[in-house]
Amino acid sequence: MSQPVLSVRDLHVEFVTRRGVLKAIDGISFDIAKGEVLGVVGESGAGKSVTGSAVVGLIDPPGRIAGGEVILSGMRIDNLPPEELRRVRGKRIGMIFQDPLTSLNPLYRVSEQLVETIRTHTNLSSSAARKRAIDLLAEVGIPAPDRRIDSYPHEFSGGMRQRVVIALALCAEPELIIADEPTTALDVSVQAQIITLLKRLGRDHGTAIMLVTHDMGVIAETADRVAVMYAGRIAEIGPVRDVVQNPLHPYAKGLMGAIPSLEVETDRLVQIPGSMPRLSAIPTGCAFNPRCPFAFDRCRVERPEPIQRDLHRVACHLYDETTIRAEALA
Amino acid sequence: MKTGMLAFIIRRALQAIGVLLTVGIIAFAMFRFAGDPVNQIVSLDTPAAEREQVRLSLGLDDPVPVQFARYLFRAAQGDFGVSYQFRQPVSDLLAERVPATMELALCATIFATVFGVLMGVYSGLKRDSILAKVFQTVSLVGISLPTFLIGILLIYLFSVTLGWLPSYGRGDTVRIGWWTTGFLTLSGWTALIMPSITLGLFQMTLIMRIVRAEMLEVLRTDYIKFARARGLTTRAIHFGHALKNTLVPVITIVGLQFGSVIAFAIITETVFQWPGMGLLFVQAVQNVDIPIMAAYLMLVALIFVVINLAVDILYTVVDPRLRTTIRQPA
Repeated sequence: MSQPVLSVRDLHVEFVTRRGVLKAIDGISFDIAKGEVLGVVGESGAGKSVTGSAVVGLIDPPGRIAGGEVILSGMRIDNLPPEELRRVRGKRIGMIFQDPLTSLNPLYRVSEQLVETIRTHTNLSSSAARKRAIDLLAEVGIPAPDRRIDSYPHEFSGGMRQRVVIALALCAEPELIIADEPTTALDVSVQAQIITLLKRLGRDHGTAIMLVTHDMGVIAETADRVAVMYAGRIAEIGPVRDVVQNPLHPYAKGLMGAIPSLEVETDRLVQIPGSMPRLSAIPTGCAFNPRCPFAFDRCRVERPEPIQRDLHRVACHLYDETTIRAEALA
Repeated sequence: MKTGMLAFIIRRALQAIGVLLTVGIIAFAMFRFAGDPVNQIVSLDTPAAEREQVRLSLGLDDPVPVQFARYLFRAAQGDFGVSYQFRQPVSDLLAERVPATMELALCATIFATVFGVLMGVYSGLKRDSILAKVFQTVSLVGISLPTFLIGILLIYLFSVTLGWLPSYGRGDTVRIGWWTTGFLTLSGWTALIMPSITLGLFQMTLIMRIVRAEMLEVLRTDYIKFARARGLTTRAIHFGHALKNTLVPVITIVGLQFGSVIAFAIITETVFQWPGMGLLFVQAVQNVDIPIMAAYLMLVALIFVVINLAVDILYTVVDPRLRTTIRQPA
């Protein structure tokens, strides 16, 4: 197997506050291969977006990367000096944010923002950069790009603006795109278009994509593998089909079970009891134990480490050898 | 777009005329409020027949609306009557004084804007640095100390103690047409320094505080985060993307304050015996010279109205979103 485009090893992110150090990301590891789409799901505050920001080094004080490694195509980038890290951002890693209405600077023409980004990362002349900008807009599906390029962001619709944002992320043909909730702010019909576009771009250019979302539907349609995050850790990671159809972690089970089905009629929507703990009050042991229907004594004291089970990797004591043996004996 | 802009300017011009009419009524009312104008023109022992003669010759026996219309008609042509104390046309007196006030106001505004923006940007970008904290403290002093005190302190320090700068007057001036300028002589420049600082200090601290607050606000926006994610240089982000977005409120402040600077130059001009309109106005108040007071009132109103219009037009230059709103009025 070839070297992964992105490899995150035991990453820790902390926020120093007046009330102490909050662990937003508590030791996560994952890989994304060339051309692969990794979906990252979880509730709000699970650490999905922070993971994306940490990979590109955009964690602002009081936050900081407290440990671990971020490796981009074999090169460690989390410890680069700021100026070198800046050259990686936008050139080798493109980012797409949630709200296209606020991601673009309202005072500059789309052409100015595209040309500026292209010329920051390449040696193209301004006319060559402009030509490339028009090609990019055409590629992301903006009609009549040679005319539209000189419009201001407010002259585009939300979906069109997100296409512009994607074009901006593609400026320097990055190896990896981090899409942080790229469809959340869009209409459902536009969401599908943007997802199709992202998939096509990933396939055409062999770009690895890290897709952060809380929308399981988007993940199921788009991702090759999925990581389910809970309270700053990866609860379960595996091929999307397996995780959706046969989740192992009780939290992943709850999450998949909460997707309403069209085949079975239900009066009440299924939900996981309780809510995710605040960062300042993460329970000892497994962070999910107060909400977990299967929790036993060990879950309340010892933090589960990830265990490989077939194609999944799951952080749950239920799948530990000793537990399984104990169950078999009982 | 051209026609939309024209309609906008015409609409604003009509509003301006309304404002000026209102101020005209107030200015005109001063003549009647301060007693019988005839008494202020004739001497104590003038016989009644002669007084009646003056009354008739000045048209003071006409109905009030006719007098008002006549006053406005003449004011529109720049004829504000004759000063009681100087026995000269008010328009000539003002024209003589306008250059001094305008040059002072201009220098004060440039001083305030340049230093205000520089200090504001610096303390916005490095808000925890010692220098930024010094700026904050100094700005507090600038806002709380009254203008006349600052002027007197400067005179004490630089004129009385050190003897570097003149304590009063404009220095040597050069006549260009009807305009007298102090910009062409060394003594003119040295005479401008202290009055400009005195007059501009309050605006400078105001601008600094606004730029700082706006910078902090803008640096938190999504498009700045996205600009960083695109790997743009810090310089381009701070001075291209962030600073331009802080300009709209700065233009408002600088514009509106320019009117205040002219109007409130009265105090600075008194402290430094600056031969401008403000000093003329103070003398007029002391001598109940109504024609000068009325003309000054209308002139200041005119300046305010023109500046407001200019500020509105400038907005559209900076912010493209406003161009659309003007083109298609709601």
